[in-house]
Amino acid sequence: MTTLTTNYLTPTGREEAWRFTPLKRLGGMHDGSAIVADRHSLTLAGSKATGVSFELKSSSDAPVLSESDDAIVGRIREAARDVAVLTISANTEVAEPIILKRTPGDVQSAEFARVQIKVENHARATIIVENTGDTHLAEDVEIYVAPGANLTLVSLQEWGAKTVHAGRQHAIVDRDANFKSIVVTIGGSLVRLLPTVEFAGPGASCELFGVYFATSGQFFEHRMFVDHKVPNAKSRVNYKGALAGDQAHTVWIGDVFIRAAAEGTDTYELNRNLLLSDGARADSVPNLEIETGEIVGAGHASTTGRFDDEQLFYLMSRGINLSDARRLVVRGFFNEIISEIGEEEIQVRLMDRIDNELAKAGA
Amino acid sequence: MSTLEIRGLKVSVDTENGAVEILKGVDLTIKSGETHAIMGPNGSGKSTLAYSIAGHPKYNITGGTVTLDGVDVIEMTVDERAKAGLFLAMQYPVEVPGVSVSNFLRTAVTALRGEAPKLRTWVGEVKEAMEALNMDPSFAQRNVNEGFSGGEKKRHEIMQLELLKPKIAILDETDSGLDVDALRIVSEGVNRAKAANNIGVVLITHYTRILRYIQPDFVHVFANGKIVEEGGPELADKLEANGYAEYVSA
Ligand SMILES: Nc1ncnc2c1ncn2[C@@H]1O[C@H](COP(=O)(O)OP(=O)(O)OP(=O)(O)O)[C@@H](O)[C@H]1O
Ligand SMILES: [Mg+2]
Repeated sequence: MTTLTTNYLTPTGREEAWRFTPLKRLGGMHDGSAIVADRHSLTLAGSKATGVSFELKSSSDAPVLSESDDAIVGRIREAARDVAVLTISANTEVAEPIILKRTPGDVQSAEFARVQIKVENHARATIIVENTGDTHLAEDVEIYVAPGANLTLVSLQEWGAKTVHAGRQHAIVDRDANFKSIVVTIGGSLVRLLPTVEFAGPGASCELFGVYFATSGQFFEHRMFVDHKVPNAKSRVNYKGALAGDQAHTVWIGDVFIRAAAEGTDTYELNRNLLLSDGARADSVPNLEIETGEIVGAGHASTTGRFDDEQLFYLMSRGINLSDARRLVVRGFFNEIISEIGEEEIQVRLMDRIDNELAKAGA
Repeated sequence: MSTLEIRGLKVSVDTENGAVEILKGVDLTIKSGETHAIMGPNGSGKSTLAYSIAGHPKYNITGGTVTLDGVDVIEMTVDERAKAGLFLAMQYPVEVPGVSVSNFLRTAVTALRGEAPKLRTWVGEVKEAMEALNMDPSFAQRNVNEGFSGGEKKRHEIMQLELLKPKIAILDETDSGLDVDALRIVSEGVNRAKAANNIGVVLITHYTRILRYIQPDFVHVFANGKIVEEGGPELADKLEANGYAEYVSA
């Protein structure tokens, strides 16, 4: 094995960023022991709309847009020879969502994938990434939302039970641009995502939504970071999770950094977890670091609770049995976020999957 | 023809200082088509009686029986009681975030009837029930009780009474928080539902004004966990004039 220069980053599990993650289950993506797969599993579904291009570029033609001290991102950048680049050209308004699919790979080797999404000035688009099947995937997604542009990115982790997916989704949001992200993680053995945002120009805004549902043995980690380094940017984070079954474990970290220059910042982050059975564990750590007092608002809230007996009683008093009442409450809990996707067919599919997981967990 | 029979019902709740007995032997029989008003001071246990009949898990039945047409109700789960024909309009209806009224109602009626209602007729039924209670059609898309005003929550309860067609309904302070017009509209809803399905109604209230719209056949005075006096409609007027002093001190 050749020694990668990123070896110094290899986590031990004691680092703040890795203290929750079961490193042994990462398939060696973090320490260089994974076999690097030769596959490009990301494909564009359907026909290409005007103003949209999707191509594989060599790494040298698609330099990185951002820095990262994440060990897996470091290894991806060493290993990946190509980059899948999706570009929405300036002033294009793409009416229909652009669908990207990750086709299943295998779990003997790991795909180290780089992806770049560039939404040029005043363009507007919705991109939906559908992840299904079983694979090992380390993914470095860089997103650039140019001045005045508007991007909605829906990232669906509907993985099979064996998948290990470690990914970063880093968005650079420029002046007066808006980035809306909806992350749904309801499948996989281990999923560790870093949805991060860096504001590059004043007046930028982001809304980061997410839902996750972990059942027995699943580990889902979402580690957010919003970097307010310019004035007058606005960020909203709202992640909701449910857990059912023994050893189900979720982690939500919400780091927000308001730098000295970021006057007029407006930020709020929220994480709510619903524990549906004993033996499940939800870690939730909001964290706000503020270097200037000249802000509009900064707040966070984190709650972890069980079923509300009053809600279940109310529903049951109308004839609805316990399992249906629970299903309604869970659906209701997730609905607020799922409905943000705005695509009926996908929303129904996700809710059905959540129903099935709930039924399997017997919660 | 149905009969809900409550005999010697004793109920306690668990508190930090151990179990506290709230109902101390309640006897009450309600038959289809009858209207019983229950009046009594705050904290006397009226809602406890209502919740206990509906099966709220907070209340422990420590003695007595509740039967509907001879069948033990206490042994039933909450949803089984509803399926048996019991309905509780709550004093404080619960908000259920993310669950729309229309989805909630459809799920409930499907559970109660044992099959999904025909979509077209059901939508019509809901629309009609909402119009009759002066509720804006947009309520169907809103989440159950979420952000409803006090009066809107009560209308929503009575709308369910009309749609779910129980045998015996307990209305816990349905009149509280209603303005004069809403009181009339809601009372008409109760009377309509009652007439259509011959419902036996238990009306828990603090005020005689609702009794002008919904005529009780019996009035029961509730104090300190039990019924302390029974009479006809004239008893309500006496209570309004004299208050509960004679029952509380007794
Ligand atoms: N968890 C509890 N701990 C202690 N006391 C309780 C608890 N729950 C209920 N109680 C008491 O039980 C009594 C009966 O309450 P209930 O709600 O049935 O009264 P009510 O007659 O409906 O009053 P109101 O007219 O105000 O609605 C009250 O004194 C109340 O404080
Ligand atoms: Mg009460």
